[in-house]
Amino acid sequence: MPGPNRGLHDFGKPKNTRKTIGRLTAYLEQDKGRLVIVFFCVIVTALSSLAGSYMLRPIINGLASGDGDLAFLARSVFVMLLIYAAGILSQYFQARIMIGVAQNALQKLRNELFDKIQKLPVRYFDSNNHGDVMSRFTNDVDAVGEMLNQTLVQIISGVISIVGTFSLMLYTNFYLTIITIVMLPLMLKAGGGVAKRSRKYYQAQQAALGELNGYIEETVTGQKVVKVFCHEEQAVRDFEGYNKTLREKQLGAQFFGGIMGPVMGNMSQINYTLTAVVGGILCVLRGFDVGGLTVFVNYSRQFSRPINELSMQMNTIFSALAGAERVFAVMDEAEETKDRKDALSIVEKDGKCFWDVPKGNEKYAFKRESPAFHSEIVLQNVTFGYLPGKTILKHITLYAKPGQKIAFVGSTGAGKTTITNLINRFYDIESGSITIDGVDIMDISRASLRRNVAMVLQDTHLFAGTVMENIRYGRLDATDEEVIEAAKTASAHSFIMRLEHGYDTMLEGDGANLSQGQRQLLNIARAAISKAPILILDEATSSVDTRTEKHIERGMDRLMAERTTLVIAHRLSTVRNANAIMVLENGEIIERGDHETLLEQKGRYYKLYTGLSELE
Amino acid sequence: MKRYVKYIRPYWKSFVFGPILMITEVLGEVLLPFFMAKIINVGAATHNVPYIISIGGVMLLTAFIMMAGGIGGSYFAAKASISFAADLRSDLFRKVQEFSFHNIDTFSTGSLVTRLTNDVTQVQNVILLGLKLLLRAPGMLIGAVIMAFVMNPALATILLVVIPLLALAIGAVIKVAFPRFSVMQKKIDALNSRIQEALTNVRIIKSFVREDFEKKKFAASNADLKQSGLRAFHVVILNMPIMMLAMNVTTLAVVWTGGKQVLAGTMPVGDLTAFTTYIVQVLMSLMMLAMVLLQSSRAVASLKRITEVLDTRIDLTDEDSQKKDAVITKGTVEFRGVSFSYYKGSREKVLSDISFRIEAGETVGIIGSTGCGKTTLVQMIPRLYDADAGAVYVDGVDVRDYSLRHLRDSVGMVLQKNVLFSGTIADNLRWGDENADMETIEAAASAAQAADFIDSFPEKYETNLSQGGVNVSGGQKQRLCIARALLKKPKILILDDSTSAVDTATEAEIRKSFAGELKETTKIIIAQRITSVMDADKIIVMEEGRIAGMGTHEEMLAQCETYREIYESQMDKEVSA
Repeated sequence: MPGPNRGLHDFGKPKNTRKTIGRLTAYLEQDKGRLVIVFFCVIVTALSSLAGSYMLRPIINGLASGDGDLAFLARSVFVMLLIYAAGILSQYFQARIMIGVAQNALQKLRNELFDKIQKLPVRYFDSNNHGDVMSRFTNDVDAVGEMLNQTLVQIISGVISIVGTFSLMLYTNFYLTIITIVMLPLMLKAGGGVAKRSRKYYQAQQAALGELNGYIEETVTGQKVVKVFCHEEQAVRDFEGYNKTLREKQLGAQFFGGIMGPVMGNMSQINYTLTAVVGGILCVLRGFDVGGLTVFVNYSRQFSRPINELSMQMNTIFSALAGAERVFAVMDEAEETKDRKDALSIVEKDGKCFWDVPKGNEKYAFKRESPAFHSEIVLQNVTFGYLPGKTILKHITLYAKPGQKIAFVGSTGAGKTTITNLINRFYDIESGSITIDGVDIMDISRASLRRNVAMVLQDTHLFAGTVMENIRYGRLDATDEEVIEAAKTASAHSFIMRLEHGYDTMLEGDGANLSQGQRQLLNIARAAISKAPILILDEATSSVDTRTEKHIERGMDRLMAERTTLVIAHRLSTVRNANAIMVLENGEIIERGDHETLLEQKGRYYKLYTGLSELE
Repeated sequence: MKRYVKYIRPYWKSFVFGPILMITEVLGEVLLPFFMAKIINVGAATHNVPYIISIGGVMLLTAFIMMAGGIGGSYFAAKASISFAADLRSDLFRKVQEFSFHNIDTFSTGSLVTRLTNDVTQVQNVILLGLKLLLRAPGMLIGAVIMAFVMNPALATILLVVIPLLALAIGAVIKVAFPRFSVMQKKIDALNSRIQEALTNVRIIKSFVREDFEKKKFAASNADLKQSGLRAFHVVILNMPIMMLAMNVTTLAVVWTGGKQVLAGTMPVGDLTAFTTYIVQVLMSLMMLAMVLLQSSRAVASLKRITEVLDTRIDLTDEDSQKKDAVITKGTVEFRGVSFSYYKGSREKVLSDISFRIEAGETVGIIGSTGCGKTTLVQMIPRLYDADAGAVYVDGVDVRDYSLRHLRDSVGMVLQKNVLFSGTIADNLRWGDENADMETIEAAASAAQAADFIDSFPEKYETNLSQGGVNVSGGQKQRLCIARALLKKPKILILDDSTSAVDTATEAEIRKSFAGELKETTKIIIAQRITSVMDADKIIVMEEGRIAGMGTHEEMLAQCETYREIYESQMDKEVSA
């Protein structure tokens, strides 16, 4: 669906036109051969239309002078027939081939943009509005498509017919051509003046439309809150304000947009009239032939048409170039850093994982001796901030033995989620080090690292597709039985069986037909099916009610038993059995130890925990 | 369609003058070739220069009248279509404001927004196009045909053959192309949801290293879109060659038969030129009609979606309320045999036969697993939904007898899915009380434990919240929503799982301040955490739409199996023992 905010589309003038055009051309290169054919067809079409009208001259002259006979007429009509046929055929092929070329280019542009999106770091998505990225795929690519579909051919054929018509005019009658030469700058000036004004109003209209649409979207999204607060009348009052502004701005924009036609039409009619009058006088005084006058008058009409059309196309071209620029801006974003050349990877053999040290990597030569993968995580003095100068984590040091469960607790914003962002390199740390089995994660190939760290996040995300497909996302080659097994581990099996089509139930729009708790269970199942030896649970059961959570506890324990697990949880009851609990505050670990030790310390954890039980 | 007359009536002058002025353009366009023929036939043939100049003068005059008509026409057409759309949009928005919760549930937010924005714009564009071309295209068609017949009836009969054939051909193209375009639109939607999904699920994709998998899925959707696009476009591009074919064949026919007539001396040469111009005009106007047709078929779909909103029956109003003047002074709540289901006639009841009573000033906790009907239960109190059977009484009066305004003003409710609006923090809090001064606002914020973090922002209460409050954390957002509800000074305050993202210590503070400052207010609190409701005067335990137990914490622990299970799932047995 095109976003409701398409009104916010940037109609500003493109900044670096030449470069943008150059980059766009690259998308046409794959069809170079076909473009040549298109070009050829466009020329044939334009020429045949010129020739067709030029043919009228000898016919009319022949008829006017009375020299012509039926045979002459038949011959002429036959020649015209051939010319027209060529024009029609070339017109059809030109359109058909060009559509293919344009669609190919758009397909390539979209694919490359999507591929690029896959390579961007998480930081990009955290700091950019998704709606904005979306609109580059939709509005901006569409704007480019509009131009490729129509404008390109129109420009070529427009230029050809302007040049061709002009030469024929000169050839037919030099004096009459002067009228057009004089009229031309006037036409351009009038058209340009209207276009300039209309663009100004158009921008104001788009801004007002954007504001109104934004207000509608916000209010309708919060409609239930509006009702609870009896805010309907105020909402209508605010809305009327935006609506009134839009009405005023639109009137200017649509009016100036609308008079382009009549004004340009008027200019070309003046041109037509002057040509007719002067031509008529020339016929009388200097013996200019009637056939010549007829075709000339037709030329002067033909001449102004492409100019009108091209001036109408200017907006399309501007917004296409602006759109292309926005698309290329994404293409130019910095990607996730490349893996080091001698990066280690983790390979699976007979269900067990091993380190694979590439030849020439002497730093980790010792790993060749004992390549077994143990999933031991060590954070040494890790410091990190999302923005320079704003440190979120300060000097974090911790140690997770293989198979251990480490829990993080602390208030919102203490930096719990940030730690999990660092382990699979969604973000790279500034100082300190994170190692797995003694290997710095910067020295592991990113794909290998991530394949071995399964995550269950608080914000549940599912894909359009069946329940089965969603769980299988964790391991694409899993059999149906394995999927069901994973669902059982996550205690999702029973609710899935109650769905209308069981595992084949289609999930629409991020699983909107499931409750938040059910979505979380599916996320857990997805992590369960992946064989990753490291597991990160970030508030993985926050929306599952505590009774259900109790029920899935055994499954979760089974899931965590074979894995090194990092858990973040709000409910302290869920982290009690962790091997170690880290209490985070303002990016620092202020307490650590197991549940009992921390309670005995009577520090922050004790307070948090007893805060939970203070009312007993 | 009748309902749309009211959007035309206030602007009828614009709706009438727009097309009429456009006709002057048509008249001019039809007349100019006629004058041109005069210049050739009479002026050039009889060597009459003054005649040529005088005709030229008439032509110039015509051109200017045409321009004036065109400009005036586009002014009125713009005014008419814009006014129509603005009034329509306004009515739509008002209608949505009247919507009950049930009405809102039946439309998805996205589709409502599209109806109010894109669909209205679509209709507006077609009206504009229609007003400009409504009389123009048929006018030109008829005018040109008439002129052609006046000039030369024999030649004009060619048009009678060509026009139906061309109309048939264009009609066929549209008929074939239209369903193909709908297929393409579906593919576009599918592609867009792929992109949307890839954007929101970026962490999942990366953590499972599924970039290539996603690329393949996308490439497949993309190729699909291209194929369906080509299928649609390949038909539409036939329009142009068909048009050219018709034009050229007609020209040839005119030249051939006209030429014979000229040879026979029954037709002046100048007429031949004018005639070819008329042919072009006739065919152009047919093209224009086809375009309007294609556009308006899209607008009809939009109009249908708009009508759906306007025709929605508001199923919850206070029109029949008996005691519109009654105001709530105490805040007692009583349910008597209330049953409810979201879909009429569905057997599965969300609430069945609920009865209980809450005294003014009491604190009541409601607990139970997800989907057991807690939210539905409390939403009956401010009459967000109406009971199917039984009734809800506030201060002894059936809620259906209060005016909605009085009822909802006295019931403060913090929804589970709550939203903040763009504007400053103070703007948002003032939703509770438009005229609140800073002191009152600060007091409410501090009662909701929001004052501290608000003060930590550099601009404090003037901090701008972006839409949906994305620049505050979940817990902060919930506290702002509580403060906003407190500003209403409600007699009954309902918190629907509104502290789930607030940490336990802060939540305890909020409860403490409620106990101190809201003694008179009836407080109903839905919670997941048992600690949130443990000290309530009463706890209602719900299970599958029924009340499983009601009483104090101790009573519930002793009597209610479900409650004990929830309690044990959250408490360490050893610690609590």
